[in-house]
Amino acid sequence: MANKISDETIEYVGILAKLELSDEEKEAAKADMEKMLDYIDTLNELDTSGVEPMSHVFPVHNVFREDVVTNSDGREDTLANAPQRKEDSFEVPRTIG
Amino acid sequence: MSGQYETVIGLEVHIELATKTKIFCGCSTEFGSAPNTHTCPVCTGMPGSLPVLNKQVVEYAMALGLAANCKITQVCKFDRKNYFYPDNPQNYQISQLYLPIARDGYVEIETPAGEKKVRIHEMHMEEDAGKLVHDEWDDTSLVDYNRSGVPLVEIVSEPDMRSADEVIAYLEKLRMIAQYLGVSDCKLQEGSMRADVNLSVRKAGTDKLGTRTEMKNLNSFKAIAHAIEGERARQIEILEAGKEVVQETRRWDDNKESSYAMRSKEDAQDYRYFPEPDLVPIVISDEWIKAVKARQPELRPEKLERYRREFDIPQYDAELITESKKVADLFEKTAELCGKPKKVSNWIMGETFRLMKDRGMEPEELSFSPENLAKLIDLADAGTISSSVAKKVFEKIFADDVDPEEYVEEQGLRTVSDEGAIREVVEKVLADNPQAVADYKGGKQKAFGALMGQSMRSLKGKADPAAVTKMIKELLA
Repeated sequence: MANKISDETIEYVGILAKLELSDEEKEAAKADMEKMLDYIDTLNELDTSGVEPMSHVFPVHNVFREDVVTNSDGREDTLANAPQRKEDSFEVPRTIG
Repeated sequence: MSGQYETVIGLEVHIELATKTKIFCGCSTEFGSAPNTHTCPVCTGMPGSLPVLNKQVVEYAMALGLAANCKITQVCKFDRKNYFYPDNPQNYQISQLYLPIARDGYVEIETPAGEKKVRIHEMHMEEDAGKLVHDEWDDTSLVDYNRSGVPLVEIVSEPDMRSADEVIAYLEKLRMIAQYLGVSDCKLQEGSMRADVNLSVRKAGTDKLGTRTEMKNLNSFKAIAHAIEGERARQIEILEAGKEVVQETRRWDDNKESSYAMRSKEDAQDYRYFPEPDLVPIVISDEWIKAVKARQPELRPEKLERYRREFDIPQYDAELITESKKVADLFEKTAELCGKPKKVSNWIMGETFRLMKDRGMEPEELSFSPENLAKLIDLADAGTISSSVAKKVFEKIFADDVDPEEYVEEQGLRTVSDEGAIREVVEKVLADNPQAVADYKGGKQKAFGALMGQSMRSLKGKADPAAVTKMIKELLA
């Protein structure tokens, strides 16, 4: 089951994942992804016509919470791991020109 | 040239729901708090945290769907929309793609050519992203996740609109429905209502849709109208030059009154949606739909119908009053308190709308109480204050919600009904203005007005004008 994943696909997935991959890394990722696809292919051996698509693994539905405020000021915990903090905000490279 | 082209517009409208807490956690949704105070592991996408759906979000979304004549999707679920951006701490947004909560509806808008249906393709529930503030001086952006996880309903229309006027009529209609339902305050300036405009042009008479662009960052009706005009002209120019419109997302800059492409081609738009595994499906029973329907407040058409039955006010007044739920509530409450709907309607149609226009105010900003307007109407009706004084007192009520009974006493504004006091003032005015008296006696009607004005001023407007007129005539006879 070779060559399911083309160079273009790896390139594209890399862009989507915001990863810059070296040539070796691309080859390794390609092999990994092909293995995953092979594994999924096993499922195609089953006849699933007439089986409803599953929307969740557990037979549970309607798990809700009431609209009541339960959390208080969480800023210190939230910002504790900020790589860069300015006053009470995260500071990131400028996002817009 | 441009007359040969038809503009085709569809809208994606985001409405922020007026819940107390976020969609998947118990953080407050309060607007305007210090950055990152309303955050927790769930709404900042910390590993291992799990979302739990706010039931009120489902009910509000159902209410909106039902009010816009949609079918409710009785088995619905959430999906993940994957993208990287600093305003999105999870690197995915929890949204609905495959089974949105409501589908296939419509709202009716008024156009110069009559009523028109704008079809609703679907409505889905999703979470809002954080807010980015761009530092003018540093080369950085600041991220505040207070808004991250605030519930939104996105309403996707069919491409049924043909002009900026129709788009604005549609938005006003959605805003009115949401405000009447109490599901959102829909403030464009605060971002609780936002619209993305999908627009294409085509030669008039053709059915095939042209290539469309999507415009973002439209936060006022004025900006929306400008952006539509600008984008229409830009696309026509491209087509007239024999080139092709590129399908892209453009950002509107209202200061420059022009748009620019937001994303380059390398920036692939592929959200790789997949079912959200952390949330279980929502099953909506017929009973639940019925219960939400039963709780649905009276919307504008029913309200207008009831006004026709219950209140003796002109249709035109009823239409203007019911345009905003805030004004309609004020009207009804005041009418109930004083039992004089016609008078209440006059105060709203006249002085209230005049002062709002002078001050550039939205109905939501009205802050006076129905109790004080009702008291004022009673005071004026009983003749305790004159109509000109009533207008002055109303300005105080409008601005500071003063109690008119107390204010009239404090300021000594009661009508002078004592004939002796009026006589005294008028006698003095006549004695001080011999020329005007002579003119009037010589047949100049205008001179009477001057004497009347002087007398009313001396009485500080506190006398019944009819009594003053009578007194002047009597003394000059």
